[in-house]
Amino acid sequence: MDLNQLTAHELLDRLKKGQVVSKSILDSLYARIQAVEPKVKAYARFKPGDKLSLNLQASALSAGLPITIKDNICTEGLNTECCSKILADFQPPYDATVISKLKAAGSSIFPLKSNMDEFAFGSSTENSYFGTTHNPWDLGSVPGGSSGGSAAAVASDEAIWALGSDTGGSIRQPASFCGVVGLKPTYGRVSRFGLIAFASSLDQIGPITKDVEDAAILTRIISGYDPNDSTSVNQEVPDYTKSLGNEIKGLKIGTPKEYFIEGMDAQVKSVIEEAVNRLKSLGGAINQVSLPHTQYAVPVYYIIATAEASSNLARFDGVQYGYRAKSTSLIDMYKKTRAEGFGEEAKRRIILGTFALSHGYYDAYYLRALKVRTLIKNDFDAVFKDFDCIVAPTSPTPAFKIGERTQDPLKMYLSDIYTISVNLAGIPAISIPCGFTKNGLPVGLQIMAKPFNEEMLFRVAHAFEQNTEWHKVKPRL
Amino acid sequence: MKYQTVIGLEVHLQLNTKTKAFCGCPIDFGKTPNSSVCPVCLGFPGTLPVYNKEALNSAIKLALAFSCQIQEHTKFDRKNYFYPDLPKNYQISQFDLPLSRNGYLDISSDGKIKRIGITRVHLEEDAGKLIHETSSSLVDFNRTGVPLLEIVSEPDLSSPQEAFDYLTSLKNVIEYLDVSDCDMEKGSLRCDANISLRPEGAKELGVKTELKNMNSFKGVKDALTFEIGRQTELLEAGQAMSQETRLWDAQKNETVSMRSKEGAKDYRYFPDPDLTVFVIDQEMVSRIKTQLPELPQEKMQRFMRDYGLSEYDAKILVSSKKNAQFSEDCIQKYPEKDKKTVVNWLIGPLLSEANSRKLNLYELNVNQEELISLIGFVENQSISHLSAKLVLTQMIDSQKPASLIIKENNMLQISDTAALEQIICDVVQENEKSVISFKAGKTNALMFLVGQVMKKSGGKANPKIVGELIRRRLTDA
Repeated sequence: MDLNQLTAHELLDRLKKGQVVSKSILDSLYARIQAVEPKVKAYARFKPGDKLSLNLQASALSAGLPITIKDNICTEGLNTECCSKILADFQPPYDATVISKLKAAGSSIFPLKSNMDEFAFGSSTENSYFGTTHNPWDLGSVPGGSSGGSAAAVASDEAIWALGSDTGGSIRQPASFCGVVGLKPTYGRVSRFGLIAFASSLDQIGPITKDVEDAAILTRIISGYDPNDSTSVNQEVPDYTKSLGNEIKGLKIGTPKEYFIEGMDAQVKSVIEEAVNRLKSLGGAINQVSLPHTQYAVPVYYIIATAEASSNLARFDGVQYGYRAKSTSLIDMYKKTRAEGFGEEAKRRIILGTFALSHGYYDAYYLRALKVRTLIKNDFDAVFKDFDCIVAPTSPTPAFKIGERTQDPLKMYLSDIYTISVNLAGIPAISIPCGFTKNGLPVGLQIMAKPFNEEMLFRVAHAFEQNTEWHKVKPRL
Repeated sequence: MKYQTVIGLEVHLQLNTKTKAFCGCPIDFGKTPNSSVCPVCLGFPGTLPVYNKEALNSAIKLALAFSCQIQEHTKFDRKNYFYPDLPKNYQISQFDLPLSRNGYLDISSDGKIKRIGITRVHLEEDAGKLIHETSSSLVDFNRTGVPLLEIVSEPDLSSPQEAFDYLTSLKNVIEYLDVSDCDMEKGSLRCDANISLRPEGAKELGVKTELKNMNSFKGVKDALTFEIGRQTELLEAGQAMSQETRLWDAQKNETVSMRSKEGAKDYRYFPDPDLTVFVIDQEMVSRIKTQLPELPQEKMQRFMRDYGLSEYDAKILVSSKKNAQFSEDCIQKYPEKDKKTVVNWLIGPLLSEANSRKLNLYELNVNQEELISLIGFVENQSISHLSAKLVLTQMIDSQKPASLIIKENNMLQISDTAALEQIICDVVQENEKSVISFKAGKTNALMFLVGQVMKKSGGKANPKIVGELIRRRLTDA
């Protein structure tokens, strides 16, 4: 097996024992990228045959295990463009807190950033200024989004492990589509400093990895209080690897009835049911639970997230950095820069959010959405009084075809119907591979727990993983 | 018809904290443009604000000094608008949950005390500075993010003079708190005014105009005076008033329309998701309350009580914090129990020196010990009061000690009776008429004779002793 196919914990172990040097890990990654990247397009600015520039940049790398970073997480001196024309060629003058933590832990930051939907607006990685990423399991299908580049890179062994960001499912849904592990930590667990904001009250950075152990290791590295982020929580970070290898006998596991509904793909349904049965056979006490406000999650999300985004994206005006259109006056510069710099979906969301915050509409939309958000959170609080975790599908369908939903934003928004509530409630959730459809597309199982109980997620996910082989299956490219 | 004027003022005050409101940049206005900036105050992608505890402290201190109620919960909101001096294109401010509400400031206008309500005091961040050149405009972000307090008064002011008095008292209190340098010319204190007229006795408010661009207290007064005239004319002519914002043009001495109500901006305020709602520690508030310095009103009362000052004198001395400090130091250092003498010196010769030099008392740089020594010379009759005033002028000009100036100018009074007897003998011989008048019981004649002796002695004779010697000589004879 090539080095790039190994998990991070396997490689860390070999590095520690001196059985491998990081240069050979990088070499195997480069070889793989040269071979499959033209088909997958997981990275934002990869040019086929551009080995020289890769190697040049590689010489600047430190000796650690390389990690792939989503294009919306600031890396000092490395392009961080949110896959948007408006941030073209932007190189941040500082590292995000997670990047500093990774460097301190001995990781090396992979010089190419992973592809994503522009500003994380999307569920398919089709909204990228740099082009669409393809699903390694079916090149005609999307990898999910918005962290589709990170998920596809990990799935195709073009990355050892990766960071993504999750505002409404942007880590979990692509992890599910690409057959890898993806975790959205509790809101406040991981510093957002240096994550280019989409919706500040929902965004969290999290790991996308080949297995649960890697996710546990990476989550520990990036977690913790950050005085530069007022919304990060000052709570001790446990050693999540200690949650691995524990049995789940007697754990109370809820399945929300509102998630198993019509519109859910029949094959996904049967794969999930099988996975739930597996948890049952491992000793989990499975019971149906109710999250009665689930149906409001998507509309509430698209009001809150777009409202915050409309304000967060106001700074991209051509004044200080990024793209600036040729113009004749200040207002002309604002208008043209934003008209030419933002893609369609970004514009749609800015307009939606601006409307929701406007005088006369604020109470009816934004304020009401905030209230319903509280009800959604209360639903989870009520369930977690009696249950240790909740399991559900990550997405109602497997990966869909490229172009299938681009003309139908509403249908695209419904891709996140099972993941959005978690962000609104601020709780942690993980997606792990739990089987395949008949066409060979991966299906993800989502596990949710109460705030700051990532340990529960790792415990249940690892128990499942140890008793299945799904995470070991690799796409044929 | 007679009209009643209704005025409310909005004061913006830069706090003199060491660092900016939401980042660690030092506040230093002397610096070269764009030198005191960082990714946070420049609004770079991915950065997050963290509020400055010192600014919050100063804000609470000021709010308490105006007897405002400090709220238990407060939050920051985003005020969204595009302007090149605002790097994020939103300003972090406070909207519906300001830090404090319902305070007041007592002003004395026309010899009467009037209580002016203070609606709210809230914390926000300042914008940068635009420098307009002929063909382009430059931005200096040094000021961006400097903590700013907005102090909004109730519409309790009923004349331009009252508005002026309110600003003067407000500034005086703020100087005592030492939270801002309150310099309107430098822009550390800015004032907008709302003004409307209504028929005398009417209950409903008239249509208001917002006035901007005044850069002195006098400018505020002049703009309001102009506006009363303009609005009265419109009302008299039966013309409909429209709500608008007008700019004061100090050169032309008039206000000019800037925008109408229809053109009013929709700022789309919403809670800043980067800065969560926070609880103000009430213990901290009590602590700040006990640490509040003595404010002008209290100091005035104490001066009257402890030093026997009249209200008029006390008011003059407390009209600025530094003057009060200087005066009180002098009073305390003055060795006599009765402080009347030193107080008379402060509000007499010193104040007139200060006025003629257009300086504050403390800016005269009079050494307090030297002043007391000078008063001593007068009190023990070593020099005349007239000479002492000359000495004071020289002390200010040359910074020489009083004793040296007296010596250099040979100003010591002649109290030696033998020397004086010789002069008196001459004067009596030369002024027979006056001697006769005195003997006939006309006391004025004695004054004349003393005056003649003073003249002959070059002002150095001790007039008291001279008078006594003449009386004795003439009555004995």
